[in-house]
Amino acid sequence: MEKPLTGSMRADREAPSLKEYEEAGGYQALRKALKGMTPQEVTEAVKNSNLRGRGGAGFPTGMKWSFIPMGENAPRPKYLVVNADEMEPGTFKDRWLMEGNPHQLIEGILVSAYALQVDVAFIFLRWEYRLAAERLERAIAEAYAKNYVGTRILGSGYSIELRLHISAGRYICGEETALLNALEGKRAIPRAKPPHPQTSGLWGKPTIVNNVETFCNIPHIVVHGAEWHRGLSHTEEGGTKIYGVSGRVKRPGAWELPMGTTVREILQDHAAGMSDGYTFRAVIPGGASTEFLPEDALDVRMDFESVQKAGSRLGTGTMIVLDDKTCPVGMVLNMERFFSRESCGWCTPCREGLSWIAKTLEAIEAGRGQPEDLEMLETHTKLLGPGNTFCSLAPGAMEPLQSALNYFREDFERHIKEKRCPWK
Amino acid sequence: MLTEQERTEILTELQHFAHKPAACVEALRIVQRHRGWVSDEIKDIAELLGMTPDELDGVATFYSLIFRRPVGRHVILICDSVSCWVMGYEKVLERLQSRLDIGIGETSADGRFTLLPVACLGVCEQAPAMMIDDTLYGGLTPEKIDEILEKYR
Repeated sequence: MEKPLTGSMRADREAPSLKEYEEAGGYQALRKALKGMTPQEVTEAVKNSNLRGRGGAGFPTGMKWSFIPMGENAPRPKYLVVNADEMEPGTFKDRWLMEGNPHQLIEGILVSAYALQVDVAFIFLRWEYRLAAERLERAIAEAYAKNYVGTRILGSGYSIELRLHISAGRYICGEETALLNALEGKRAIPRAKPPHPQTSGLWGKPTIVNNVETFCNIPHIVVHGAEWHRGLSHTEEGGTKIYGVSGRVKRPGAWELPMGTTVREILQDHAAGMSDGYTFRAVIPGGASTEFLPEDALDVRMDFESVQKAGSRLGTGTMIVLDDKTCPVGMVLNMERFFSRESCGWCTPCREGLSWIAKTLEAIEAGRGQPEDLEMLETHTKLLGPGNTFCSLAPGAMEPLQSALNYFREDFERHIKEKRCPWK
Repeated sequence: MLTEQERTEILTELQHFAHKPAACVEALRIVQRHRGWVSDEIKDIAELLGMTPDELDGVATFYSLIFRRPVGRHVILICDSVSCWVMGYEKVLERLQSRLDIGIGETSADGRFTLLPVACLGVCEQAPAMMIDDTLYGGLTPEKIDEILEKYR
């Protein structure tokens, strides 16, 4: 099984040096693109690879790129931003990619920047990723020293600057337009769309924002071709995917597997099944802002379309398992408290609604719930749903809640009827 | 007043930026690195950045890791997100609170530790997890908390 993203990582978890990376074929994609491909040909290869964005929303990457103005009349400077603000609860894949192979990300940035004729690129990294920061800083310096980055790179006519921006907390910074405000030195509140960042992003200029894992795929697509990339997958959506599992399983972790691997295979073969004494009840497939999937969804393939058909979202592809010894109401309460705290406060439904939901769930969990609370919670999943808020934080927060109200209805009702949490 | 050192570091940082306010997080962090927190010198930082003090304070108070109040010598960031919660975060938190005799958001009486919550630390395979200053700790249990705190005596 091919593992382009992680196959050449070192067993001791140290980052490969520039020399090691080059010996494993590193920076060949950049050479190939600069010397033998037009920017349009690179974008075309990405389009044909069927790569979909790995940050959670799954938008086709090639299509996202196609909205960037090209040609001599395009506004300048153009920007590229790597969203490395990984903070979605239960998600731990980008950290692995950055710590394990920083040059792969840098090469992905450079090839993508060339395709879109970008002038300045930023890596937007959360502060807590200290080891990733250290390794990226070193790798960026190495890449500058060898003229992979900088002025007229590798003897071509193309120049590109790359900077590492280290942020200072707050989940909302991972929202693409809030992230742009943060980079400009403003409060990280989301912007209204349209205009989209591709036409009016950083300082009003064309800006592409993609996730770490998305960029890491690009060099491999350029070297091996779109057809090869599509062939890595079990389904129509090209490539491999970094999947992860946390919760009460024997071997929590992350693995690079063909896109479209089933939930069951990931849980049983890779995470080695449930820990002794714990029984599986449900799984959140891709970070806290995705809906629970029950046991009968175990054979669902983990790609964007299949998980959506099953009533949830692939999201970040890193699953959180709910076991029989964990209270589902308590689990949902934990997530809604998180979303409430992390709301930027800019729009009313999110700011007021999430805290009301968290308080109501707190009351139910503490045995102070009223029968009508469940109806109120259900109404709120609509009020805070898509279309009523500025960004997708609150609609995302409603996904675990509405699926919990559906699958664990009896557990909620027991809390209210018995006036206590049956798990305590 | 900013110290000469702080001023110099901020001005050096500003050279990298076409738009001065873009350097604000880094400028705030420079002062925080020297003082442990960002004091009301924020108005002097704002001046260097071409921002009003209120604009900069609006940004500073938005971020959870820019401290506008004094903190202890060590800052504990405990992950309270869902994977850590499933894996026993509450027991770890209880032990931290009882050992330090503080609640979340407080600083211990000896000024040694400040305890703060943090969004998912991205080490869910080692849940529950926390950071103390720059150091990450995973696979926490109440017993391990005792051992770890000893290192910071």
